[in-house]
Amino acid sequence: MTALRQSWQVYMRGVRVLRRQPAYLGMTLIQPVIWLLLFGALFKAVTRIPGFHGTYLDYLTPGVVVMLAVFSAGWTGMGFVEDIESGVMDRMLTTPVWRGALNAGTVAYGGFTVVIQTILIVLLALALGAHFQGGVGGVVLLIVVAALLGSIFSSLSNAVGVLARQRESVIGAVTFVQLPLTFLSAALMQRSLLPGWINTVARFNPVNWAVEAARSAAMEKINWGLVAGRIGLLVALALVAAGLATRAFSRYQRSL
Amino acid sequence: MELESAIEASDLSKTYPPGVQALDGVSLRVPAGTIFGLLGPNGAGKSTTVRVLTTLTRPDGGAARVAGVDVLADPSAVRRSIGVVGQKHGADTAATGRENLNLQAEFYGITGAQRRHRVADVLQRLRLTEVADRIVRTYSGGMRRRLDIAMGLLHRPAVLFLDEPTTGLDPEVRVELWREIERLAAQELMTILLTTHYMDEADKLAAQLAIIDRGRIVVEGTPDELKSQLRGDAIQIQLAEPAAAGSGGLLAGVPGVGEVELHGTDLRARAQDGSAAIPAVLGALEAQGVTVRTVTLARPSLDDVYLRHAGRTFTRADNDPMEVAA
Repeated sequence: MTALRQSWQVYMRGVRVLRRQPAYLGMTLIQPVIWLLLFGALFKAVTRIPGFHGTYLDYLTPGVVVMLAVFSAGWTGMGFVEDIESGVMDRMLTTPVWRGALNAGTVAYGGFTVVIQTILIVLLALALGAHFQGGVGGVVLLIVVAALLGSIFSSLSNAVGVLARQRESVIGAVTFVQLPLTFLSAALMQRSLLPGWINTVARFNPVNWAVEAARSAAMEKINWGLVAGRIGLLVALALVAAGLATRAFSRYQRSL
Repeated sequence: MELESAIEASDLSKTYPPGVQALDGVSLRVPAGTIFGLLGPNGAGKSTTVRVLTTLTRPDGGAARVAGVDVLADPSAVRRSIGVVGQKHGADTAATGRENLNLQAEFYGITGAQRRHRVADVLQRLRLTEVADRIVRTYSGGMRRRLDIAMGLLHRPAVLFLDEPTTGLDPEVRVELWREIERLAAQELMTILLTTHYMDEADKLAAQLAIIDRGRIVVEGTPDELKSQLRGDAIQIQLAEPAAAGSGGLLAGVPGVGEVELHGTDLRARAQDGSAAIPAVLGALEAQGVTVRTVTLARPSLDDVYLRHAGRTFTRADNDPMEVAA
């Protein structure tokens, strides 16, 4: 109960900052919008490859949502880097606050921004003429998947921020991880058309789990078995990542 | 009569990689309800001691109890009974003062009506009520420090740690903050451990103090005890022209004056009570036909105490952190 309350209060700390500077949300959206427009135009012709179904915009939209989730949530750890520099972190750690709440609250905040951004991208895709075959229910599942993937990367970003205590490390981790994970998945290209080794790697890539679940739920005739399985994997990984991030605090304290 | 100890540390040691010994056997005892000053230059081990006592970090060796609880065995119980005002500002600058206090209250499990009441109370006591709903980024340095203290007091801790509370503040703000701290100590019957590298601050606030240098406590006592160990006030006299007589002869027979030294026109002596000795000193000089240009009386300062025990001034240690690390 206390844990939930404290997580909620930490989450609200982020929400209040966002409410005061909503422009920040817009800035993080610029990149996904460019991806959607640019990749949409650039790769339009791939749908002519035998074995590809539907329009590329329909195919691409869940891919962009997933990229956005990784990218946006990846910055979560910056907050802790700032807290460490400013003294806020040490002040919080001398209180009896449950350490898990510090991570859970910021992860919830990271997930919240991903949800808002996903909704905006879905609206943009609709305006561009995308077909969401899964209807409202499918879009809700798309949002859930994006938030789950976001929470994994929020936790990992928190762990990097707390352990490395440097902005550069967080930036480095995000840029290092984002593109490879995207290209080693079916975000931009159908699984059957990927080279064999990428196809193998993709099976173990959480970004790919998310993109397949999101695509099946929102854009195609939903495959419940696949969606539930992938969501299960994402939930498990989110819990593992949250555990790691929470343990990072005691690691940080040992170095003080 | 033995007072109950609010803080007891014995033989704390801690080494940071690559082998910098921050604490080298620190032992302290702070009686409940007093202000204790921990003095020392930057890098002497003050902050590391505070970090160990506030459960932020663990020592490599030694033991400590704060508010009766072992910091290593039960850190969360210690956290519930201490307030910490760190060297850096601890407030979130993107939030308002009230929001900071609300979040802090939640961290201690203070919620609902009790939270509202406590927050309003500390805001008022630290004269922050009017700026409570302003973003902290717009606060002055003194206001931010008062907010830090408000956050440290919110849950009514038994022991309050103030780690260099006035560093970087304007002189007027410092004096104002001292008054605040004195008032708190009187009202709350709280134990306060204060670290500082300002001698005047320790002299003004602390009932007991310890000087720490290179990770060791070098001397401990009340400010007056420490100063009186220096055998009295220093009298410095500038003579109009070099005196002919031997230095011992000039002030021989003046009661209460000793350690007389003469270098050219510079005559120095020590007296247990300097201001009482000055008329007799001047009389003796006049009787011998020596003309005095100026007389200066210096009370022993804590700086002298520090110099005596650590063998260098604070300023020097401050400017040369490598010397401390080595």
